[in-house]
Amino acid sequence: MTAPGRAVAFVAAGGAFACLFVWGASGLPPFGHYPGPYGDAVIASVTSVRHTTNVPTSIVFDYRGFDTLGEELILFIAAIGVALVFRETRDEEADGVFPIDDDEIRLQGVVLVPLLAVLGFEVIAHGPVTPGGGFQGGVILAGAALLVFLAGSWAAYRRLTPEPAVELLEAAGAGGYAVVGLVILILGGAYLENVLPLGEGGQLDSGGTIALLNWLSAIAVVGSFTLLFREFLTEMLTRRPLR
Amino acid sequence: MTLFPYLVAGWILLAGLYGVATSRNLVHLIICLTVAQSSTYILLLAVGFRRHATAPIFGDIRPGHRVVDPVVHALTLTDIVVSATVAALLLSFAVQAQKRFGTIDPDELRAMHG
Repeated sequence: MTAPGRAVAFVAAGGAFACLFVWGASGLPPFGHYPGPYGDAVIASVTSVRHTTNVPTSIVFDYRGFDTLGEELILFIAAIGVALVFRETRDEEADGVFPIDDDEIRLQGVVLVPLLAVLGFEVIAHGPVTPGGGFQGGVILAGAALLVFLAGSWAAYRRLTPEPAVELLEAAGAGGYAVVGLVILILGGAYLENVLPLGEGGQLDSGGTIALLNWLSAIAVVGSFTLLFREFLTEMLTRRPLR
Repeated sequence: MTLFPYLVAGWILLAGLYGVATSRNLVHLIICLTVAQSSTYILLLAVGFRRHATAPIFGDIRPGHRVVDPVVHALTLTDIVVSATVAALLLSFAVQAQKRFGTIDPDELRAMHG
């Protein structure tokens, strides 16, 4: 089918979908008046039962902790998949030629790397307390490391993120999450049941396993995203013979 | 106007899917897919919104203050992570297509393989 043909077919299918969507959306609770009994139950209990103040993080790593294991595995498998796809056809080492050579970019990068690194750790550490958590902070940390490439060089970035260490971080983060659940299971609890001391609300170690799983997911995110960045950059910087 | 936020989500989904259906470039197609997926963030957050409520973070507000539904926020977080990683995996396929076949036009790729 040609592109214009697809557009016509899409308008027909999209129109039908739009009708169904409007019909379905008009049956939703009116905007701003969500009843949400499940959410209310969590809100009512989270500060007293879990000693955490960041409710979404508590849901991600405790109330729905098992779903997050699946999410971690998606992240893990996608990063491994990218590495497999690229490494299958790669025959040369990247030579490190990169077209950006701008002093301003380098200066801004040098200033931003430490700031972003601190911000990343801050966002991860406060996961149980204030907005943020392992996923958000992990991406910031991986981005801070990536700035070393922009501000410094490919060689510097490779020294900062040695491949075995990156792969170990990724595996340890995703695997550690699953292992924490198994250990609790062996000790007689339910899978990923919150058995650790809950600590004091507002503190960085509050929430028991929430703080632990938060850090493990941060490790997995740093490892996975750094692996992704490295694979794409290696691909980009590899000089290939013309077809 | 109680339907408006839901309609925005539906519109973004359709705009993204239109791009996917008519794209002539795999990178453009993948970006359109992430646009389509981003509609789910708006839908989830719109569903959980409550008037005169604040974010479900009890660091600065006293318990009992009216907050929006936190469950959809947690779902949105999952959604974003999955979206980013799937986009990365798809982009690696686009790079491979360019390497092997010298094109990232879906029509030309299809012409090569029937």
